[in-house]
Amino acid sequence: MLTRRGLFGTAAAGLAAPAIVRAEGNGPIRIGEVNSYTAAPAFTVPYRNGWQVAVDEINASGGVAGRKIEVLSRDDAGQPQTATQLAGELLNDAKVDLLAGGFLSNVGLAMSDFAARSNKLYVAGEPLTDALVWERGNPTCFRLRPSTYMQVAMMLPAAATLKATRWATVAPNYEYGQSAVKWFKTLLKARRPEVEFVADQLPALGKIDAGATVQALAGAKPDGIFNVLFGPDLTNFVRQGNTRGLFEGRDVVSVLTGEPEYLLPLGDETPEGWLVTGYPVGQVPAARVFEAAYQDRFKQAPRMGSVVGYTLLHSIAAGIARAGSTDTGKLITAFEGLPFDSPFGPAIYRAVDHQGTFGTFVGRTALKGSEGTMTDWQYVDGKDAQPSDAEVRALRR
Amino acid sequence: MGFLLVHALTGLAGASSLFLVASGLTVIFGVTRIVNFAHGSLTMLGAYVGWTVLTRLPRDPAWFALGVAGTAAALAALGALLEMGLLRRLYRSPELFQLLATFGVVLIVQDAALATWGPDDLTISRPPWLRAYVRIADERFPVYDLVLIAIGPAVLACLWLLFNRTRWGRLVRAATWDREMVGALGVDQRVLFTSVFALGAGLAGLAGALGLPAGSANLGIDLSVITEAFVVVVIGGLGSITGAYLASLLIGLLQAFGVVLIPKATLVLVFVVMAAVLVLRPNGLLGRGGAPTALAGTATPVRPPTRGMLLGWGLLLLAALAAPLVAGPYALSILTEAAVAVLFAASLHFVMGPGGMASFGHAAWFGIGAYAAGLSAQGLGVPMPGALLLAPLAAGVAAVLFGAFVVRLSGVYLAMLTLAFAQIVWAAAFQWVSVTGGDNGILGIWPPAWASGPAVVYLLALTLCAGGAAVLQRVLYSPFGYALRASRDSPLRAEAIGLDTRRIRLAAFAVAGAAAGLAGGVFTFVKGSVFPGFVSIPHSMDALVMVLLGGVQTMAGPVVGALAYTGLYDGLLRATAYWRLVLGAAIVLLVLAFPEGIAGAVQRRLRRA
Repeated sequence: MLTRRGLFGTAAAGLAAPAIVRAEGNGPIRIGEVNSYTAAPAFTVPYRNGWQVAVDEINASGGVAGRKIEVLSRDDAGQPQTATQLAGELLNDAKVDLLAGGFLSNVGLAMSDFAARSNKLYVAGEPLTDALVWERGNPTCFRLRPSTYMQVAMMLPAAATLKATRWATVAPNYEYGQSAVKWFKTLLKARRPEVEFVADQLPALGKIDAGATVQALAGAKPDGIFNVLFGPDLTNFVRQGNTRGLFEGRDVVSVLTGEPEYLLPLGDETPEGWLVTGYPVGQVPAARVFEAAYQDRFKQAPRMGSVVGYTLLHSIAAGIARAGSTDTGKLITAFEGLPFDSPFGPAIYRAVDHQGTFGTFVGRTALKGSEGTMTDWQYVDGKDAQPSDAEVRALRR
Repeated sequence: MGFLLVHALTGLAGASSLFLVASGLTVIFGVTRIVNFAHGSLTMLGAYVGWTVLTRLPRDPAWFALGVAGTAAALAALGALLEMGLLRRLYRSPELFQLLATFGVVLIVQDAALATWGPDDLTISRPPWLRAYVRIADERFPVYDLVLIAIGPAVLACLWLLFNRTRWGRLVRAATWDREMVGALGVDQRVLFTSVFALGAGLAGLAGALGLPAGSANLGIDLSVITEAFVVVVIGGLGSITGAYLASLLIGLLQAFGVVLIPKATLVLVFVVMAAVLVLRPNGLLGRGGAPTALAGTATPVRPPTRGMLLGWGLLLLAALAAPLVAGPYALSILTEAAVAVLFAASLHFVMGPGGMASFGHAAWFGIGAYAAGLSAQGLGVPMPGALLLAPLAAGVAAVLFGAFVVRLSGVYLAMLTLAFAQIVWAAAFQWVSVTGGDNGILGIWPPAWASGPAVVYLLALTLCAGGAAVLQRVLYSPFGYALRASRDSPLRAEAIGLDTRRIRLAAFAVAGAAAGLAGGVFTFVKGSVFPGFVSIPHSMDALVMVLLGGVQTMAGPVVGALAYTGLYDGLLRATAYWRLVLGAAIVLLVLAFPEGIAGAVQRRLRRA
């Protein structure tokens, strides 16, 4: 099994050290990328398109420090243990210089743990769990997207102005859903001590019994609803909620619902006036160039995943250029405080917890023709949705 | 009161949706004895085909009904093709073998649907009549849900008439009881079985299309409906359509009220219900006792290994021991994983082959072992050897406690009770975040420095796993092994000569559980982490696939199956984006080429020679 390659690899590492030094001079920089391409295609297929655009742009402009960029991509099948095994293959066999990717939180955490053990840089794109940069933060791990905490914190100023005082929550029954609800309750209570939470629904991910869930929420007579559902669950929930009138006369705050991945399937049933985080495609002036290039190539408007993939690769290129090397220690130093550009505007990787300040849009859902869209949106910079540095340091220990 | 009424109606609508999927599954199983794991995939295809059809038709009720009927017909045709092209060739194989073929179909359909319809969730736009509601006790209730409530009993009545009042139905019922006699009377049972499978597939298509107004066509439908459909079929009693309807009502209503009373229980509710029903009624609500429910089929007596075979094993072990000399770190990591897979498969084979107790939830013991090792190493600071000792202990003890309920059952009922237990363990691992870390798992459980190189990890895993598998094999040739096979082949005679068959089966269950627990403990240190995925249904399926692929009724089967499956999986995952399609096709081809498993075919050829 792969013995020839194994032999060759060992021989190369053992005997040909000078060749490696030479390779560092002009061979391509190799980025090992692992993601859930078959387990979560709705997000990861546009994401792959996004990083492909970025790679072509970087190489067309001469690469990084005179070297081309090459991405070796693997499918983790949604399994953290598979992800780390493939990361091992990328490091040991394919000799990549750093690791990137991840969609599911548990994959992100496992990759981070593996990269720390192998002393390689890991730049996470999508995994949202707070633990990735806080409780289980590793010096070798950076994360691009706003975390669960940040997503909630970004909506909070607007959510706290809503009149609702009796809140109900509905979230998929796993870590992401639970922590989003936890943060919403904590942060809202801190600003508005008079609010109460009257019901929590936790349907199993991908298996919501939407009629019963809607009915149970309605039965609690809330005047505000906090939603964390997404994907097929959200579609079912919205359809039952519309018919049964759950959303009428109620404030709804909903995480990620403004992202095209989750908004488009709602179609002409998109409820209007929900307070959401997301990406108003086609409306952001700064993103015009990227959106045009993407549309041109894939005959389709970009999704949130496309922006994440695109920005992830550009931020990595910026970091390598700043380090002037692919040495892990130098990369970490370069990434801390690294400024990079995104279709949403400039951002940095924070030195204190390695979290990107790449932000997201907070706005209201609206119906345009038979498609859902976002209105009254504004861009929230990730740096404005953080706990104090002291709190972060205490969490990272 | 009004609130209760609306909830009950919501539960009834949910029950109808469940019943539509489950009815097809139970019809297929009742007649052909095929455990159709691809039934969820047929439902998913029903949703996608329904979307394609309905988005092109006018949106009034008559056209909608026509579109749904057309979708059901299309799926029935597809089902007929599937039966004629694949499953028909496997009726003579051991009973669960068709499950392996349908597992291959699941993988193929996943990639085919992604390639055909793309990654986005697809929805049909609901015209006003589909959004309409009526006021019941001051609450708004969807008219479409009322329609669904009516469709359930209507389908039930049609099926009852079909099976009880038509000539075709009589023949099918006769073929269910005695295939050969029906054949001897001049009835072409092949046509009969094809038509039954087509009927089941058509019902799946109907369920998929009717689900569209309340949701979407998406790539998760297959796996999200299949488990609950199985649960309904088993609670109702295998093959009983009325039972399936009653079970759907039970589950639908419990779910509707369950989310109000204990919202956190959504992950386990149906499995707890199934476990309770099976403990009280071992053949489900309306299942007939004494029907042929054995799964693995009878086997020829086991012969001790010949000198040639022992030599072969020795050479394989030598090659495995020499691997670190030539293999690189990644190849070694694959071989390490293969070693763990061998013990995991061997432990399932132990209960499933010689024990005659197929398990759909074998990952439970693997997972309990993994969590026992992980939690003790990280939470209590137990050193690795101690943690590796705790893993089989914990899994073995859990297997004894739970096995006491399991060994009273047989066949698919037994298999599904193990699945229920595995799901309860999975839900605990998933939801008990403060202890298990939830779905983020437990990380950083690496071996101590002396055992941290890939070669050392590999040799350690090889020693423990190959050693464990060898012990299992040795036990099967001991008097206990003979007693176990006697309990499987002829429980009555075994009892008559003084064997306590239940206790023997329970002991086998415990040994297998402990062995799987050891595999889980080793895996924890190999991966440095534990995740709820270790206890999940797909992981149980992996074990089942490995055992069936190798051949249930051979001693070498699990080893061959584990190596073949791990090799295929790891090789394909890296080689192609369409790895599910290729893996599924490979499984289907292997199934057609070796209808007794790979090792089974080799054994037969050797015997003949």
